[in-house]
Amino acid sequence: MNIARRKFPIVFSLVFLSQFSYAQSGSGSSYLIYGLIGVGLLLLVFAVLTLADNLIQIEGKKMGVDTNKNDLGIFPKVSSIFSQKAPNFVGNGESFHSFSKGFDLKLAGEATGEIKEVHTNRYALRPTDFIGMSPIPKVVVAAGDEVKAGDVIFFDKKRPNIMYVSPVSGEIVEVKRGAKRAIAEVIILADKEVSYKEITAPDLSNTDRDTLKNFFLENGVWAMFNQRPFDIVADEDVIPRDIFISTFSTAPLALDYRLLIEGNEVAFQKGLDALNMMTDGSVHLGLDGRGGEPADGFKLAKGVKKNYFAGKHPAGNVGVQIHNTAPIKGSDVVWTLDVQDVITIGKLFTEGRYDVSRVISLAGAQVKNPSIIKTYQGANIGDLVSGNLSDEKLRIIAGDVLTGKQTTEDEFLGFDDTQISVIREGDDYEAFGWLLPITPRPSISGTFPNFLYPNFKFEGETNTHGEKRAFVVSGQYESVLPMDIYPQHLMKAIMAGDFERMEGLGINELSEEDLAVCEFVCTSKMPLQSILREGLDMMRTQA
Amino acid sequence: MGLVDLLKKIEPDKKKSPFLHTLYDGFFTFAYAPNTVTKGGVHMRDGMDLKRLMVHVVLAMQLCYLFGTYNIGHQHFVASGQYMGFIEGFHLKLVHGLIQMLPIFVVTHIVGLGIEFWFAAKKGHAIEEGFLVSGALIPLIMPPDIPLWILAVAVAFAVIIGKEAFGGTGMNIWNVALLARVFVFFAYPTTIAGDEVWVSGYNTLAEGTQASYTFAHGLFNSLFEFMDIATFQEASTHIVDGYSGATPLALAYQGGWENVTDTFSTSQMFWGTIPGSIGESCKPLIIGGALFLVITKVASWRIMLSMLIGGIIMTLLLNAWGATPFMEVPVHGQIFMGSFLFAMAFMATDPVTASGTNTGKWIYGFMIGMIGMLVRVLNPAYPEGWMLAILFMNTFAPLIDHYVLEANMSKRMKHA
Repeated sequence: MNIARRKFPIVFSLVFLSQFSYAQSGSGSSYLIYGLIGVGLLLLVFAVLTLADNLIQIEGKKMGVDTNKNDLGIFPKVSSIFSQKAPNFVGNGESFHSFSKGFDLKLAGEATGEIKEVHTNRYALRPTDFIGMSPIPKVVVAAGDEVKAGDVIFFDKKRPNIMYVSPVSGEIVEVKRGAKRAIAEVIILADKEVSYKEITAPDLSNTDRDTLKNFFLENGVWAMFNQRPFDIVADEDVIPRDIFISTFSTAPLALDYRLLIEGNEVAFQKGLDALNMMTDGSVHLGLDGRGGEPADGFKLAKGVKKNYFAGKHPAGNVGVQIHNTAPIKGSDVVWTLDVQDVITIGKLFTEGRYDVSRVISLAGAQVKNPSIIKTYQGANIGDLVSGNLSDEKLRIIAGDVLTGKQTTEDEFLGFDDTQISVIREGDDYEAFGWLLPITPRPSISGTFPNFLYPNFKFEGETNTHGEKRAFVVSGQYESVLPMDIYPQHLMKAIMAGDFERMEGLGINELSEEDLAVCEFVCTSKMPLQSILREGLDMMRTQA
Repeated sequence: MGLVDLLKKIEPDKKKSPFLHTLYDGFFTFAYAPNTVTKGGVHMRDGMDLKRLMVHVVLAMQLCYLFGTYNIGHQHFVASGQYMGFIEGFHLKLVHGLIQMLPIFVVTHIVGLGIEFWFAAKKGHAIEEGFLVSGALIPLIMPPDIPLWILAVAVAFAVIIGKEAFGGTGMNIWNVALLARVFVFFAYPTTIAGDEVWVSGYNTLAEGTQASYTFAHGLFNSLFEFMDIATFQEASTHIVDGYSGATPLALAYQGGWENVTDTFSTSQMFWGTIPGSIGESCKPLIIGGALFLVITKVASWRIMLSMLIGGIIMTLLLNAWGATPFMEVPVHGQIFMGSFLFAMAFMATDPVTASGTNTGKWIYGFMIGMIGMLVRVLNPAYPEGWMLAILFMNTFAPLIDHYVLEANMSKRMKHA
């Protein structure tokens, strides 16, 4: 990196000095000719230098020098001049990626302080949390049954090997049905003290992939393996190329993942070891390279490839990290997991139980005391937020404000949710609101004075700030997405149902969360996430 | 909130009177940002919407409007040798400019918006904001003496054939404002080409031709008489000896850069006190507008920069060739003459008709710069090329995007 910085002035002064030489050569109309000749000579020299540069690099690669670490070329890399320098804690053999594209949606009401334990009475497991599951799965329990944490609740008749298990112990109070008798949710009334089903895990040092696979299938953690393409529960017959885990989140009001790993370092490492057996490739850990040093549990993890990422949202999204380290191409299949899922897997081995205790954040400007809460997967929203909300007309969101689901106090956290965001419902008219807005609002547009207050935290409300229109502005999505993907053209391919183009433009690399920030900035107010899911469903059913 | 409730009460029924409902909806959403909330997908949205985007382009042109209007009057009096100083006869120049400009503006909007509203009602969707910008651009790129009926036909052609036939805002292939101008250019060339059309208020520019004033001038005359200041004098306002009305480009075509600088000084061309299309002349105001668009990220800086580079490179190549005096015009001359900067700031950057990919934008802008300059210099009949170059590249923008996307796709598939 330092070599690159030293080389830049030399190259620059060479180019600059040459200006004088042909400024003084001759006068009148002929100086143009000399100028052109000069430019031609410069181009020739440049071409020779570039060729030499490339040859050196090729030779270096042949000899096995890591060209990313050791700068062999004559020219400084453009990226090395403009990009951020890797922080000191990035070790040898670990990669560092810094993105200039992205947008941090800064909201007020961040959850801080100690982790609070909140007792929740009711929990639920919902088939609708798993994309592609048939609407009426086989429910093996009935109302009134007693279950322990880890007991099977239901399975999909199309994929009967994957078990979906109870997050807590207690009594099944209701198997709730929705439209067309589809199972909406299985509700469990929890015991005061959670008791766990006893699980004997295979010894990792002395087992094979098949045994481990069946162990995961039976004990409910298979549902935590998300597969790309399509972002669905992993296909049991496919061995993934690699497994990716992001250990930080850049989403609005997201948790600091350092809290999650505290005290769970051993379980996390055990989980990584188990995952390493599930893939022929490697387990990639995406670490926070934005500034503060990541927690030791992440930084010192063994047996994984570590990649550091710095930048604005969505730098913490696993999809962006995959794209910039080992992109999905052709028929590649990779898995992605959340940190808390890895810890749950690890605890199967270290504690012999299915422990889906989750640390979640309750945040947003409309929460009286934004707090960090310890509960279990699928907890009732009402129990978690009761007495802690303001009196305005609110929207409660399970998840973050960009990707979460709108929910009510009667409903439950989803399988993957680790956040509850509460913002104001913005269903009011605003006189000339499009021209002269009265309240501050987040935007990437330079027509708002937001750039003057880079650290302002917005209250957040749900008004669309305008009506839906056809695509007009171009380049807007690309400016906030650090991926070599053209979202607008991909959307058009999906709308046209052009499979070949969808695949070519990278639909297999994406999930909704990656395009969420593009959807946020969209001037035409297009529903990108739902269009993308439509396309993914088309690709999945066709495959 | 009281006013909103009142307005909501008078909302016409959508089924019974679709046109009135569309009209109502258009004005209501203009006055009040609607109360719609997000549903599915993201829960918060950026404060930017299409109305705000479009209005910022219009805002960027406002100074060009002011200057253009005044310059109509200024050129009118310069032709007669009166009030040669720029601010001499200020009230007369302003009033004459307004008398020319307002009808053009009003006709453009009545025709354009009328068609837009009618189509929106027919299709049953809300009025889209596209014509806000087109309607603001069209008057600026017309000659001041354009007959209003020709203007009306041109606007109708551009909006119906150019936009609505393709499905409305966001779907059109060609720049709507330029389509209106190119219609006039091919259907009624004598009203937009030649030396005589850039000065208003005279029937011809033959020596001694008297100014012909309208009823409106008369009304203002009585006001000016009451205020005891100078009035419009039909009898004493006539074309002076040797005045040709030629624009710098026409002069450059005849005799190169020296021929231009004999008539106009460089600073005159830069500040815009020259004859030409209404909004194109004042370069600092256009540059200011362009900077405003770039800073607010409303328009693409990539297109502007690459078009500038393309134009400069083409000028240098033509300089090196040097077969005609026009080819030898230096770079700054080519930039100060004609509507190069105006086309760069407001025309080429239309996001709908330009390339949609960032790589494509570099190619698109660069080609406009090259082709536009080539047409300007080599076309014997009409020494200006941006309109045709932009429409030409509008046609090819999807092709450029196609190859950029193909490259992206093959990169992904190659390693499969």
